[in-house]
Amino acid sequence: MKSLHDMGVAETRQALQSKQVSSVELTQALLDRAAAHQHLGAFLHLDAEAALARAAAADARLAAGESGALIGVPLAHKDIFVTADMPTTAGSKMLEGYRSPFDATVVARLNAAGTVSLGKLNCDEYAMGSANENSAYFPATNPWDTTRVPGGSSGGSAAAVAARLLPGATGTDTGGSIRQPASFTGITGIKPTYGVCSRYGMIAFASSLDQAGPMARSAEDCALLLSAMSGFDERDATSVQQAPQDFHAQMLQPREGASAAQPLKGLRIGLPREFFPAALAADVDGAVRAGLKELEKLGATLVDVSLPRTELAIPVYYIIAPAEASSNLSRFDGVKFGHRAAKYTDLLDMYKKTRAEGFGAEVKRRIMIGTYVLSHGYYDAYYLQAQKLRRMIADDFQACFRQCDLIAGPVAPSVAWKAGEGAEDPVKAYLADIFTLPGSLAGLPGMSVPVGFGEGGMPVGLQLLGNYFKEGQLLHAAHALQQATDWHRASPVSRPF
Amino acid sequence: MALTPQDVSRIAHLARLELSDGEQSALLGQLNGFFSIVEQMSAVDTSGVEPLYTPLSAVQHVSLRLREDRVTETETIDQRELKQRSAPAVEDGLFLVPKVIE
Repeated sequence: MKSLHDMGVAETRQALQSKQVSSVELTQALLDRAAAHQHLGAFLHLDAEAALARAAAADARLAAGESGALIGVPLAHKDIFVTADMPTTAGSKMLEGYRSPFDATVVARLNAAGTVSLGKLNCDEYAMGSANENSAYFPATNPWDTTRVPGGSSGGSAAAVAARLLPGATGTDTGGSIRQPASFTGITGIKPTYGVCSRYGMIAFASSLDQAGPMARSAEDCALLLSAMSGFDERDATSVQQAPQDFHAQMLQPREGASAAQPLKGLRIGLPREFFPAALAADVDGAVRAGLKELEKLGATLVDVSLPRTELAIPVYYIIAPAEASSNLSRFDGVKFGHRAAKYTDLLDMYKKTRAEGFGAEVKRRIMIGTYVLSHGYYDAYYLQAQKLRRMIADDFQACFRQCDLIAGPVAPSVAWKAGEGAEDPVKAYLADIFTLPGSLAGLPGMSVPVGFGEGGMPVGLQLLGNYFKEGQLLHAAHALQQATDWHRASPVSRPF
Repeated sequence: MALTPQDVSRIAHLARLELSDGEQSALLGQLNGFFSIVEQMSAVDTSGVEPLYTPLSAVQHVSLRLREDRVTETETIDQRELKQRSAPAVEDGLFLVPKVIE
């Protein structure tokens, strides 16, 4: 058996089911490891007592002969999911000390499946950011190089999984917040189709875009976690009404006409030419092409396609997401929960001072953009125009999917950058989201899969996008790649962090 | 069309945000920087295009799911306390705000 922290979800399951290790032993080992790596800033809250109690309960279920895939498997939740037994902050001072009366559906389902939550993971405030530097508490760092960012907004989740503090974690993705940190830290993450995971209890950023998903070390581990996280929830009006899915079984389902040597035979992978601009960093381009070459060896064929409005996705997203955020964040008014300013003259002044003190700079910026584009006289020019362009972007994808089964490209234009580099110019940081935003706007499922290393030995992720509800096809392709290659097995543990 | 300092202060009021002078002037520059990348969006002809408010309606009919209008959860005093435990000011089960009516 590998050392305890080296095991992913599937390996942990195997070790637990075969009684090679108990969940309590495993949980204790990971709690110790998390405590020894606090400098990574991955956790906002670590709860040893609650974790060990859950682990003991899981051990009892295992002893009683239960065989559920995730019983006793340790993980932790992005601090955007509300939890009844632990604090929830969304990375914001506004919610310091906040205790939810209920669990998010994703959390409740993973609890019911027997997972053992160690705590809450760092993230950008209200999931707004791409470097985890907008956390109001402290930044998370990249275990491959602690002078660099882990990506965001699910940066704590990514750092913890990459540093082998956890076999898996939950994340959320509004404009790339699972895929980009997964790419920056060399792990695997999947954002499912909009509506597959319930948003109930996931603190809302942009409701027409937000989706939950797993972050782990392989497609197989993601498939196991996603099966437990997903499914219809009557408490989320946008939850898709469909039967529970076994994504692990879908991942293993062989393609028709494929063989062991060519498991992807017949799979057409579209490469949008806009995802490979001349200005794309050479290291990212090289790693992505190396990944594509492996997919070809496995039988896939590469097809040229076009997503002509890729660049437009940036303004479209940065109109729609802040508009929805400005509306969602109006609930933070210092009345029902969260921070309230100590000094104020009247109700209006209380709102203004409370929000001035509780929100960080990036959140204020997006509230300002959103309020402006929704204000009288500007709605048609900005918000409505953006939603029309969103339709055109979604239609462009459907045109591509007539020529191919999956779409591939880089997740991000570069490897993880140095801490502090993005802080000066917020608009420049928005531009770096170019490859993840189109899929988000269309609500399509997408993954980041490690495909090697670039500048500074930093990981590079390959983005795979599927058509609606094709998570199984995505996971199948990623799993085939990971059966044939070792990129996803590389870990930063050989480097001091 | 660039935003003016007056625009920034009007938006901040609408957003219920008190901004310092320093924040206002920094935001003015940043918002104008942002709206310069939005210009390319305005140039696209979208006449006749239906807005896509929720993504799945790109490929299927999406209707808002309605439920029967009946009580599904009954509140107990305990649940009320649980919901109010993170409130800044409560009294007798009520949320307190500064006086709004003289």
